[in-house]
Amino acid sequence: MSRRLPEGGRFTDRSQRIGFTFNGRSFQGFAGDTLASALLGSNQVLMGRSFKYHRPRGVVASGVEEPNALVGLGSGDRFEPDQRATTTEIFPGLEATSQNHWPSLERDVGAINDKLARFLPAGFYYKTFLAPVSFWKHVYEPFIRRSAGLGKAPDAEARDPDTYEHFNVTTDVLVVGGGVAGLQAAKAAADSGAQVLLMEQTAHWGGRAPVDGGTIEGLDPEAWVSRTVAALEAMPNVRLRLRCMGAGIYDHGYALGYERVGDHRPEADGPRHRLWRIRAGHIVSATGALERPLSFAGNDLPGVMLASAVRDYVVNWGVAPGDRTVVVTNNDDAYRTAIALKKAGLKVPAVLDARQHGGGALMQEARELGIRVEQGWAVAKVKGGASVTGVAACLQIGSGVVMEEIACDAVAMSGGWSPVVHLWSHCGGKLRWDAEGAFFRPDPARPATGADGQPMISAAGAANGFGGLKDALEDADRAGKFACQRAGFKPAEGGVPQADLPAEAPLAPVWLMPAGAGPELRMKAWLDYQNDVKVSDVQLAAREGYQSVEHAKRYTTLGMATDQGKLSNINGLAILSDALDQPIPQTGTTTFRPPYTPISFGAISGEAKGSLFQPLRRTPMHAWHEGNGASWEPVGHWRRPYTYTQPGEDKHQAVVREINATRESLGILDASTLGKILVKGPDAGRFLDMLYTNMMSSLKVGRCRYGLMCNENGFLIDDGVVVRLSEDSFLCHTTTGGADSIHAHMEDWLQCEWWDWKVWTANLTEQYAQIAVVGPNARNLLETLGGLDLSKEALPFMGWTEGTLGGFPVRVYRISFSGELSFEIAVPANRGRELWDALIDAGRDFGITPYGTEALHVMRAEKGFIMIGDESDGSVIPQDLGLDWAISKKKDDYLGKRAQQRSNMRSPERWKLVGLETLDGSVLPDGAYALAEGQTANHQHATQGRVTSTYHSPTLGRGIAMGLVLHGPDRMGEVLEFTAEGFDPHGSDVAAVKARIVTPVLFRPRGGKAECLRSSPP
Amino acid sequence: MSEIIAPLNGAAFDGLLRVDALGPQGQITLRGDFAAPAFRDVVTEVAGTAFPEARRVEAAGDRALLWMSPDELMLLLPYEAATTTAADLAQRLSGEHALAVDVSDARAHFRLRGAPLRDVLAKITPADVSPAALPEGELRRTRLAQIAAAVWLTGPQEARLFCFRSVAQYAFDLLSTAAAPGSEVGYFDGR
Amino acid sequence: MLILTCPCCGIAADETELSPGGEAHLTRHGPGSGDTDFEDYLFNRENARGVHFERWRHAHGCGKWFLAARDTVTMQVFGTYPAQTTEPPQEIRDRITKARPGWRWRDFGAAE
Repeated sequence: MSRRLPEGGRFTDRSQRIGFTFNGRSFQGFAGDTLASALLGSNQVLMGRSFKYHRPRGVVASGVEEPNALVGLGSGDRFEPDQRATTTEIFPGLEATSQNHWPSLERDVGAINDKLARFLPAGFYYKTFLAPVSFWKHVYEPFIRRSAGLGKAPDAEARDPDTYEHFNVTTDVLVVGGGVAGLQAAKAAADSGAQVLLMEQTAHWGGRAPVDGGTIEGLDPEAWVSRTVAALEAMPNVRLRLRCMGAGIYDHGYALGYERVGDHRPEADGPRHRLWRIRAGHIVSATGALERPLSFAGNDLPGVMLASAVRDYVVNWGVAPGDRTVVVTNNDDAYRTAIALKKAGLKVPAVLDARQHGGGALMQEARELGIRVEQGWAVAKVKGGASVTGVAACLQIGSGVVMEEIACDAVAMSGGWSPVVHLWSHCGGKLRWDAEGAFFRPDPARPATGADGQPMISAAGAANGFGGLKDALEDADRAGKFACQRAGFKPAEGGVPQADLPAEAPLAPVWLMPAGAGPELRMKAWLDYQNDVKVSDVQLAAREGYQSVEHAKRYTTLGMATDQGKLSNINGLAILSDALDQPIPQTGTTTFRPPYTPISFGAISGEAKGSLFQPLRRTPMHAWHEGNGASWEPVGHWRRPYTYTQPGEDKHQAVVREINATRESLGILDASTLGKILVKGPDAGRFLDMLYTNMMSSLKVGRCRYGLMCNENGFLIDDGVVVRLSEDSFLCHTTTGGADSIHAHMEDWLQCEWWDWKVWTANLTEQYAQIAVVGPNARNLLETLGGLDLSKEALPFMGWTEGTLGGFPVRVYRISFSGELSFEIAVPANRGRELWDALIDAGRDFGITPYGTEALHVMRAEKGFIMIGDESDGSVIPQDLGLDWAISKKKDDYLGKRAQQRSNMRSPERWKLVGLETLDGSVLPDGAYALAEGQTANHQHATQGRVTSTYHSPTLGRGIAMGLVLHGPDRMGEVLEFTAEGFDPHGSDVAAVKARIVTPVLFRPRGGKAECLRSSPP
Repeated sequence: MSEIIAPLNGAAFDGLLRVDALGPQGQITLRGDFAAPAFRDVVTEVAGTAFPEARRVEAAGDRALLWMSPDELMLLLPYEAATTTAADLAQRLSGEHALAVDVSDARAHFRLRGAPLRDVLAKITPADVSPAALPEGELRRTRLAQIAAAVWLTGPQEARLFCFRSVAQYAFDLLSTAAAPGSEVGYFDGR
Repeated sequence: MLILTCPCCGIAADETELSPGGEAHLTRHGPGSGDTDFEDYLFNRENARGVHFERWRHAHGCGKWFLAARDTVTMQVFGTYPAQTTEPPQEIRDRITKARPGWRWRDFGAAE
């Protein structure tokens, strides 16, 4: 059984007991425990079930590479699935639940899959669910959805109450990994004076060295680590960060760090996670190495663990994974585990060393401690079910004839070590195969390069393939010095710390145990624990023709789980290489992609949630709208009132009321969001002639003109009223959404094409609040405020004036987007709210009615005015919209003119703008298509037009619409059929609405001449 | 009596930093040829400061001249003086190809005060805010989370920040969140 | 995530402070141009694998457009320069030649 040892544990504080629950049961651990060490300390070896076969699983590792011990943490709004027990620091009240089982961890119905394993081979998804097609929707997909997915997704209604943030830093050198190599690299770099940021993913400095022993500068590694950390902490140019993982490396020295600020102290203030966005002059990846499992039958039973993890639990947390542990290995390092167990007073029945000639000094030491060592031996099979009862030992060479059954309750396995090359590889660093160590290591000749074409990352220590203490420190010192040099600093003189560690005998690669294991054993020899991929699956994939490692990965799902194959990749591709009868380097690895381990969505989104999810742009009158029943329409990032509902009204009724009030007496609109760009200079007129399709240079001072803007493709991109302020300055109004992009568009042409033209622009959009006063009583209202002559004579249609209106400094434009008498008043934004209030106040006698964007849209549609984004969609030219009157024939050039001469643009077959009236008065569905005879090449109904705007017009008392129709303007009076809601383009039943083609200008105001945007008659 | 309402109307937040939304601030956008002596003379005379070098701010009394781009300056001055000063500048620059326009209502200004100033800024801007890259007296135009903004370090623990007025509330919420108690980073302010 | 130094204000800008603007050194063809020239201007792009010239705007900064020469595979940046030019400065071309002898991009390239 696993249990807490009477003493020991570098990380644990036995004076502080911490209570937590696992599957609802109460447990106790100590401060410094991980969830895994605390559970093992309480004899809870079983921690979950596997994804596909629901096999019972225990913890395998002691760190980030853990594939099995995944749990759901927390509850309610804080529930989070798939958290590794090995990296979860316990805190009082922690709630953990195991995954992939029903009804309980111990008694799980899904375990039947294990019995059916032979029917669920590699690629079974692809084989099983092929036919019949009709089964997809109701049989296969629901089945797959139920089976797929690791853990349980948080409730859809849950809202994460925690906060997250980003942190941007620029540093000369970033060192990832706080083991002895990382510490030495940081020291070597920092001694030059360079700014150094050192981060370590766990809560402790020093990495494996304090567990693995040896001496550094005559000190035991733990003492050396403390001394070095203290020295680094004292340096003003060094920043140290624990619980901060190097998640990814990207172009130009960009790195992501994932800091778990609050996971271990959930009640504290502050963010839960912090995403570090780092710009480094050079990066040192000192990320260590990961131990590989051995592939033998039953290697996934709870109690079979990595040898290094077994000694970590003993040394770091004072926990024994078992009372009797058999060690099985192909290298010397695992002997450290045997020795550590023995020294902790635990039994080690045998070390099975697959090497014919065994190991070196460490084997000797083990033997001297009285540990039985068998050379050339292997595990044929682990005995047991939900726990280990023993191993059947055999010779490594051969097919697994059992020599002896050795009783034990735990197995420590070691298949050698693989450098963590993830960060090195993320941005294109290449690897080479090290035959001696049987691992891929960074190829120093082919690193990822930065903006200057030089290496931007170095690997150091075990991550660079230098496992021994002495070699690792030397390599780290070299990497640290190189890094500061690359960042422009001169490395300080300083020797490498002398290290001493017993020499190790070489490892012998063992990819399958025993070497000649038959099908029965291979079917129980796991490669990828988390995705339940076995040796036999990879071999099957090879037989079925999956030769590329990337294809085999996807076919078998090897390495595709949340651990991304940290334990399984090398073993898997060794098996694949063997099956393909080719050397491992030829098979190669799959791609290493960030993040190194999963990071939270919260960390990625940072502060962007709630009110900070997206910036909302508010006009100076926003609070008034909010207090007066506005419902909002998002326009870009702006929020504009859609309509103002009054008690007892729905939105539709409100819109009708607003339109009627405006047409009958007086409406008021917040038009502040319209873009306002000042264009000034001797070449301003010439410039605007190029930007607009119509002539702007001829506009007289004091006058306004409606204009259209196209891009070089000829397509309409914006429209608005241009105001000539003076001989050399114009104010260009743009659409609400277009203000920033049109300003950028202007600057683009000025800076990059016509840079010798004398023109300045300034975006004045936010300088002014703009208020439209609209309706037959508009002038009457403004006259009550007084101060400006706004008579027909003084301010004719499409004119503007400025002065003081009711005490406000204003500019007044007499322009109309509704056909009604209308004045747009611009006032400095800080006084916008005051003017709005004054107008509302003064307008009471006229029944002044604030209206929103919907009323605005209906009124413009009644007049047949186009709206950018409705009638235009990036493929429409002004000619399609009958706007030829706004396209100058006199100008040699304007942006888009050449494109509009292309044959397709001049084709008479282009759909053109018309008005549409339903025969029954109903409102056409938005985006409805006009049906034509026959079918398209895709066997859909042929079409001959589409609806671009559609509304109920209270003025006309029926539905009105605009649309683009083939030969539309030549077909006045013709009746077309439009698709109705729920129309099926493949179906034979046509649900259609009949509408007649009419002129787009549907409204003429009662009495008097309409005010409209056009400066020439339609 | 007119009612000048600057964005956020004096809102304040106390956390790792003190954040104050400032009252009305006179602002004039100036564009012109920085190499033209006439432009430099008029601008420096009206501002009462030296002409700023690239990215720098020249301040004197209640006026400051901010380098915004190679052909754009911003003149900060008392709100009441902006309209007439802009007209005066325009008049005096009429012989030049230059632009002077009153934009006093277009932007929201904030003052940030507190020791962890750089730490808080680093949470929301990708700009390098280390003392070497962003010294006092320099104006950095950058991105604050999802909006454009400019930061001017007026002292070791004090900065002026501005953005367009429509996003003032977002900027204030953003700064308050970044300066929330308990979210200390201790990177620039760590020792 | 690129870092490009804006030649107009000197800031080493993060990619998120910049807006991309597509290929550099296009020659505008307006009314009067033939279909081939106009097609080239409007549609045809180098889509280079290697040395490339492109337009960037320091949008969250000084607002200026500038041009950059970089390698689209390795992300090596050979230099940035102001937009008011129809061809890359000699100094930048020399730098590219040093790093990529024999490079060619449209009409520009290392001396044969």
